Amino acid sequence: MCGIAGILNLGDAAPPQRETLAAMARPLVPRGPDGAGHFITRDIGLVHRRLSIIDLEGGAQPLTNEDGTIWTIFNGEIFNFVELRRELSALGHVFRTRSDTEVIVHGYEAWGDDMLHHLNGQFAIALWDAPRRRLLLARDRPGILPLFVSTDAGRLLFASSIRSLLAARAHPPALDLAGLDAAFTFWAPTAPQTLFEGIECLRPGEKLVAAGGRITRERFWDWPFDPEAAARPVDERAAAETLRDLLIDATRLRLRADVPVGAYLSGGLDSSVLTTIIARHTDTPLETFSIGFEDAALDESGAQTLMAAHLGTVHHAVTCRREDVAAGFADAVVAAESVLLRAAPVPMMRLSALARGTGFRVVLTGEGADEVLGGYDLFKEAKIRQFWARQPQSKARPRLLSRLYPYLDVNPTRAQAYLEAFFRQGLDAPDAPLFSHQPRMQTTTRLKAFLNPERPWPSPEAAAAAVTAELPAGFARLAPFHRAQLVECRTLLPSYLLSSQGDRMLMANSVEGRFPFLDHRIAEFALALPPHLLMRGLTEKALLKRAMGAALPREIVRRPKQPYRAPGSSAFLSPAHRDATRAHLTPEALQSAGLFQPEPVQRLLTKLEAGGPVGEKDNMALLGILSAQVLHARIVRGDSPGGIGFKPDADSTDSLIGRDAGGGDTPQPRRT
Amino acid sequence: MTERGRIRQFILTQFLFTQDESKLADDVSLLGQGLIDSTGVLELVSFLEREFGIVLPDEEMTPENLDSVNALCALVERKRAAG
Repeated sequence: MCGIAGILNLGDAAPPQRETLAAMARPLVPRGPDGAGHFITRDIGLVHRRLSIIDLEGGAQPLTNEDGTIWTIFNGEIFNFVELRRELSALGHVFRTRSDTEVIVHGYEAWGDDMLHHLNGQFAIALWDAPRRRLLLARDRPGILPLFVSTDAGRLLFASSIRSLLAARAHPPALDLAGLDAAFTFWAPTAPQTLFEGIECLRPGEKLVAAGGRITRERFWDWPFDPEAAARPVDERAAAETLRDLLIDATRLRLRADVPVGAYLSGGLDSSVLTTIIARHTDTPLETFSIGFEDAALDESGAQTLMAAHLGTVHHAVTCRREDVAAGFADAVVAAESVLLRAAPVPMMRLSALARGTGFRVVLTGEGADEVLGGYDLFKEAKIRQFWARQPQSKARPRLLSRLYPYLDVNPTRAQAYLEAFFRQGLDAPDAPLFSHQPRMQTTTRLKAFLNPERPWPSPEAAAAAVTAELPAGFARLAPFHRAQLVECRTLLPSYLLSSQGDRMLMANSVEGRFPFLDHRIAEFALALPPHLLMRGLTEKALLKRAMGAALPREIVRRPKQPYRAPGSSAFLSPAHRDATRAHLTPEALQSAGLFQPEPVQRLLTKLEAGGPVGEKDNMALLGILSAQVLHARIVRGDSPGGIGFKPDADSTDSLIGRDAGGGDTPQPRRT
Repeated sequence: MTERGRIRQFILTQFLFTQDESKLADDVSLLGQGLIDSTGVLELVSFLEREFGIVLPDEEMTPENLDSVNALCALVERKRAAG
């Protein structure tokens, strides 16, 4: 994994400067601590920060083709590079390295932009076609890796980090009000929106082409949901076997590396499946990494230890205390470059530190299984609410709700009437596109009560309308279960789970995550199946259990699904952290950022400091407000520019951007 | 302060984080407005038990009893009359 950044002249802006590229490279050092290289001409500047994983000797970037006309920098992995290399060699292309990067260059020569369809991988690619003066940017299908863009002063800027773009933009940084409004609806802005003004991200599966001063964007892949799937007759046993074969192959491909590959082990079904496949179907000696919590309600150490012993892995674990979550929160926010309504990313950053400290820079992890194979309680909730909406007066149907969220043992909404009243929200419109996500949106939206009413916030419907507008044609014809899956795949998966809780927390410690469940072949297979194969009644991931259950200890398959959760906000106001928390939330700090009303925030703090029970809503409010204030202080205003991961010895332009791969001199600014 | 005033004061400061009386109508649904989540019910019931010396068993923790200022006032009055 790596970090990339670049500048394209869209018209007659001054040529890119080495110093600008160096400023853009600085925030990318944690993504790529092992080296740097750049390529610069009058039209374009490309810079690459490297984390060496494949072809440690020959894999330096930017990389070019035989005659120096095509240049690429890329963050990620092309897992099927061995097969593609064979295919391209047969077509007459000459490879100079063993790296996966080179298949991008030759693939583009052979197939043009269609090269993207040949890639099985996770990637953010920039490719410069010099003769055509044409830039191609592309982001992987599910959105594992980030790629941000900004047009500014006649230039197109792009990078793996928002901070890289802020460093090169002529405009001073500012938080984007619509982005914050979206985060206070869906937990994170949905692509292409970000938390920062003037900065967009590429959508998952999207490519951008800039040529002749024009920019066009289009999806080259989308989640393959199929309106015909629900009625398709399928042999369940054959489907389970196919899924098993696909998973084994997806995992095998993701073990390709010239460095040791480990695996995260949460103790849940998905990571247990992955580690079992690695242990049983490959020769890789397995080391596993887990996070535990002092709070027994959150801790899954028992299942983790059981699985590690069952497979005989070399197991590493770290315990995350409430205090650790408060202590690590601000750094996690800066790394995420987004607000965080939950503290769950913080322990993930500790986990990547554990992996890196043990000598691992690549881990396999189970994210994506819940979305693609139907695991979330939200899907069950939507299924029950759909069932109930057909007979809204039924007394029996809503009783199914009590089977949800059994782990919330202090939840008085178990009082059935209360539960029903909560989940009745939106029941009168079961065909609404966001029906499945209505309760979550309603809860999150309450945070907007804290916003400063003097700012020009978007309308209350804007965030939902932005997500709805992105839904594909034919969405309404999908089965309700598929609609819920699709909304989840479009919103929380890329914008929070794979980013704030995924790539950014891994990369903060220079560790690459790989996600076998997000191999597009698995999505293309599973989403063409009738949904009842994925969720049988209220049994989640039924097909995965059928495919892999026999290989796992019975306790793992039968244990109730426990969502990954981190401690709440209690430690943020403990004696050790109270001052740091309050410093971001003083009336002066709040007024300076201008986002929130000081009075309600002070009342929230008073309430939380009184130490009573802290609900989900208050918890999210504290973290949401605090994280926005941290973004303002650390990124917008630029306090402690050292920030996380910046190495003081990586200061000079030469050390930040390395040698010029093109070997040319730095172009001088054009006289005007 | 009247019972109604105390109940209103609690909801305003604890759930709306304001003292602006105009923000809370006595007949508005607390759940429907998203003012109270599951833990909010716990907070509310603890407050009623502490403040008014009443006890609320599970079966009475219903939206009918708890979902507006008017409903809460009626509940407290009924429980005190019974107690």
